[in-house]
Amino acid sequence: MKGNEALAEAAIRCGCKCFFGYPITPQTELSAYMAKRMEKAGGVFLQAESEVAAINMVLGAASTGVRAMTSSSSPGVSLKAEGISYMAGSDLPAVIINVQRGGPGLGSIQPAQSDYFQATKAVGHGDFHVMVYAPCSVQEMVDAVTLAFDKADEYRVPVMILADGLLGQMMEPVTFPEPKTELPDKSSWAACGHKNERPHNIVNSLFLDAPLLEAKVKERFERYKLIEENETDAELYMCDDAELVVTAYGAAARVAKSAVTKARAEGIKVGLFRPKTLWPFPVKELNEAAKNAKKILDVEMSMGQMIYDVKLAVECRIPVEFFGRTGGVIPTPAEVYDEIKKLTGGAQ
Amino acid sequence: MTTEIILAGFGGQGILFTGKILAYCGLMAGKELSWLPSYGPEMRGGTANCSVCISDEPIGSPLVTTPDILIAMNGPSYNKFIDAVKPGGLVLVDNSVVDEVCTRDDVTFIAMPATDIASDSGMNGSANMILMGRMLAETGLFDMDTVKKAMEKCIPPKRANLIEVNMKAVEMGAASKE
Repeated sequence: MKGNEALAEAAIRCGCKCFFGYPITPQTELSAYMAKRMEKAGGVFLQAESEVAAINMVLGAASTGVRAMTSSSSPGVSLKAEGISYMAGSDLPAVIINVQRGGPGLGSIQPAQSDYFQATKAVGHGDFHVMVYAPCSVQEMVDAVTLAFDKADEYRVPVMILADGLLGQMMEPVTFPEPKTELPDKSSWAACGHKNERPHNIVNSLFLDAPLLEAKVKERFERYKLIEENETDAELYMCDDAELVVTAYGAAARVAKSAVTKARAEGIKVGLFRPKTLWPFPVKELNEAAKNAKKILDVEMSMGQMIYDVKLAVECRIPVEFFGRTGGVIPTPAEVYDEIKKLTGGAQ
Repeated sequence: MTTEIILAGFGGQGILFTGKILAYCGLMAGKELSWLPSYGPEMRGGTANCSVCISDEPIGSPLVTTPDILIAMNGPSYNKFIDAVKPGGLVLVDNSVVDEVCTRDDVTFIAMPATDIASDSGMNGSANMILMGRMLAETGLFDMDTVKKAMEKCIPPKRANLIEVNMKAVEMGAASKE
């Protein structure tokens, strides 16, 4: 199954009842799959008139307590930024998918990872974060969607899945979980009809009283703290005795893994650290992976964005080098392998 | 062991479908696999290509840069990928369409007029399956039972009549080895 289709099927199985989208390469198969399947699954698929409309429809649907999702690719996600900020400010759970392509501007339609800053630092205005998952296979797309819906509800935050055109377009074998039959009860806050039996629930992000807004934001950051403590995840591959640790996520991590495997076969002490959550960034896990490292090589399909989180995580104690391709160019395992050789001087 | 394959040609020759059949063969045979299509502007009226990896181990990069096997169904595709084929690799071209001759002596080069063979047999549009059949006969990558199972998975029941036609083309391609 294609990555894009797997994201859609996984969402339906998670009890997602509302999907609002607007087509854009390379994520369109996701919307197409939803158009075909959602009605049969008892939900609503709607192709909105724009990305802005789609994210606001998600906001509305999430306000009523149903599981809602939207998806797009880089330029479309920029358009959704305002709505995502409003959702964060209203404590609304929802899943937003970004199948990244080259940028800036309309850029290219080929795979890229140049929206890392946007996803992890500034996906809209205001003091807030969204959780960001970074799958690296079609199976992980499914797992990430399942986690994303659960965590969004648990913490009442929007959750983003940061994929890319390569993961969206490729086909791999995949196993789906059984459809969810029991979903969390949201009646304490959702605007889902009170039948005159309880006070109104109000979903709102406007607080004109500054101290009140500050209190709201601070309460949210208490939840962020819990997320940072409990929800980081990473894969450590051959890191135990690694003197060089390669850091990469998503599609770039697959390329890097091939290169690391090849270098290891030649006796080079190199490992791979792959964050599966980008916010919160797995700081503890990276320090564990790099405990014997003399150098870190950060590999991305961008000009270097995650590298700042890598440097912060190791507090610049270890030199961090960079290799990246951008604009939709996918690095090859051979290129990464050459970088590894250059930094290690070959086998010890 | 990992087998990396690039299939390339014009849009409409069934390049992506052939790759999909090979990927499903991998699934049927219990292997690790990946299938990655080109989805760029080139598939809208130009060349289409796809990368297929079949492996006993989990697959790293799904993008094939140095294929073990290249199936080229037009000239531009042949020129684009011929130099990337691994030494000792296998190259199959449809020389009903491709005029280029092989310039490498470190690969096995097979040219067959697949498009002509297909139309002579009343099976227009099956050149892709003929080439795949020949490739399978050369490499022993998958047997015919596996291919049939893969087709039954890929082709929707309402178009089941196409399974027979496609299988016939695959077998014809395989038989051309003698």
